[in-house]
Amino acid sequence: MKKLFPFDWLVLPMVGIACAMLVWYGLSKTITPKVPTPLATWEECKVYVLEPFAKRSELDQGVLNFTRYSLVRVAKGFFLAVLIGVPTGFLLGMSPWFFKCFDLLFQILRPVSPLAWFPLGAALFTTFKQDALEYAALFTITVCAMWPTVLNTAVGVRAIPQDYLNVAKVLKLSAFQTLWKVMLPAVLPYMFTGFRLSLGIAWLVIVAAEMLTGNPGIGSFLNQEYLAGHYAPIIFCIIIIGVVGFILDRIMNVVERRFKTI
Amino acid sequence: MSYLNLNGVSKGFRSASGGRTEVLHDAWLSMERGEFVAVVGFSGAGKTTLMNMVAGLATPDSGTVQLEGETITGPGPDRMLVFQNYSLLPWMTAFENVKLAVDQVFPQWDNKWRREHTENYLKMVSLGHAMDRKPSQLSGGMRQRVCVARALACEPRILLLDEPFGALDALTRGTLQDELMKIRSQDDRTILMITNDVDEAILVADRIIPLTAGPRATLGPSFTVDIERPRDRKEINHDSRFKKLRKDVNDFLLGSAADKRNPVKVPAKVPSFGGTPVGVSA
Repeated sequence: MKKLFPFDWLVLPMVGIACAMLVWYGLSKTITPKVPTPLATWEECKVYVLEPFAKRSELDQGVLNFTRYSLVRVAKGFFLAVLIGVPTGFLLGMSPWFFKCFDLLFQILRPVSPLAWFPLGAALFTTFKQDALEYAALFTITVCAMWPTVLNTAVGVRAIPQDYLNVAKVLKLSAFQTLWKVMLPAVLPYMFTGFRLSLGIAWLVIVAAEMLTGNPGIGSFLNQEYLAGHYAPIIFCIIIIGVVGFILDRIMNVVERRFKTI
Repeated sequence: MSYLNLNGVSKGFRSASGGRTEVLHDAWLSMERGEFVAVVGFSGAGKTTLMNMVAGLATPDSGTVQLEGETITGPGPDRMLVFQNYSLLPWMTAFENVKLAVDQVFPQWDNKWRREHTENYLKMVSLGHAMDRKPSQLSGGMRQRVCVARALACEPRILLLDEPFGALDALTRGTLQDELMKIRSQDDRTILMITNDVDEAILVADRIIPLTAGPRATLGPSFTVDIERPRDRKEINHDSRFKKLRKDVNDFLLGSAADKRNPVKVPAKVPSFGGTPVGVSA
């Protein structure tokens, strides 16, 4: 984009945030007096920001500790989503048989909300007793987050230029070599687009999953503050969740672009 | 039985309307070992289909393709193809692209030998300095040289060139034609080339076989290029044998198009003396 003035990339986003603060302040002063003003929120949540790792009680283990728990959970779910999504995407892209068998099913499962998947997960893993809810959370994250990886991988496989496959054929590369040396590198940029979107969804789902499990994490912290009627920490958690999501997306974006050089 | 034989090869595709369009009809060709044959034809006449059948990427509906008496049933590096649009793997360097082929064709050699073999062929196409560059960092002409190096490094029984210089500008095209002739003077490999440029065919080939206008294209009579080598692109333009040959081949091609009673098929570009792309580079 065109440069408007020096440091516009820093100053203008601040203007945007300031606008949001102003609306927030206006609302809390007028129609929604229960919502604390920005300043009151800061006063109340200062302790979390200044001592983000301090463990004050079982329910308040420090906001960054909670974030870490959530990130670990997301990482596990995302890893499973990639592990299942990539081979599924390859099959979907390579085999017309597989595509015709499963495309409809996937299209039906894809729009299902994480809130709907969670109870099914809990039922699936009842044999794990006290871990059942944790597995149900992972199940929910995985099932919701894998679709972009599946679909982008499939698109990538279908987009492999016939020329590359002809080179593999003429050179008589084995099936494994064709997959490893020709197909995988060609699909990689598409896969990483899928990974970025999947990670975004995984992070989106984590709050819902943790609200339902109650296992420690940023989502359950938010829920517990809500149940206790503390509104300032809720706003604070939303900001943390947003910032972490933004950072994850940036990181994946950088990784994705490294592979786009092809 | 010659070295390469096409025995009444036909190939068709199902058209969108459900009918069947025969692209190639009853094509015959025989080629001796060490010969350089150019098949010349219009765009869309089925040249690439013909080439794919020799490469083994497509199978004829009827008729056979035989190399040294064996019927071709699938692709293999003994009939290495230089593709129209480079087809280098973009995530590999020039060296790695050639090395992939060399590793595959000569697994019995030790790695050091394979590396040297790869380097030699890249040097042969004057890319010794650019071996570690990726295709995106190479010009069109350089990419096509890598493809030629990759194909030659496989030491194929027959080298297949599918409009190898078609995507290049006239100047680069001329340079690569010269290089092809130079390489050919060092390495008398059997080469089958497909092109839509009659001048190019006359310049590089021993024999020219026109492919008639499609659909139902077939191979026409053979025109021998009796111009001694080395051929010089500037001088050849004034050679009466060159002029006559160009006229004969063009007349045949245009005649075959007129026979189809479809004036649209006649190409707008009819070569004229002196103003042809090959003559430009100097």
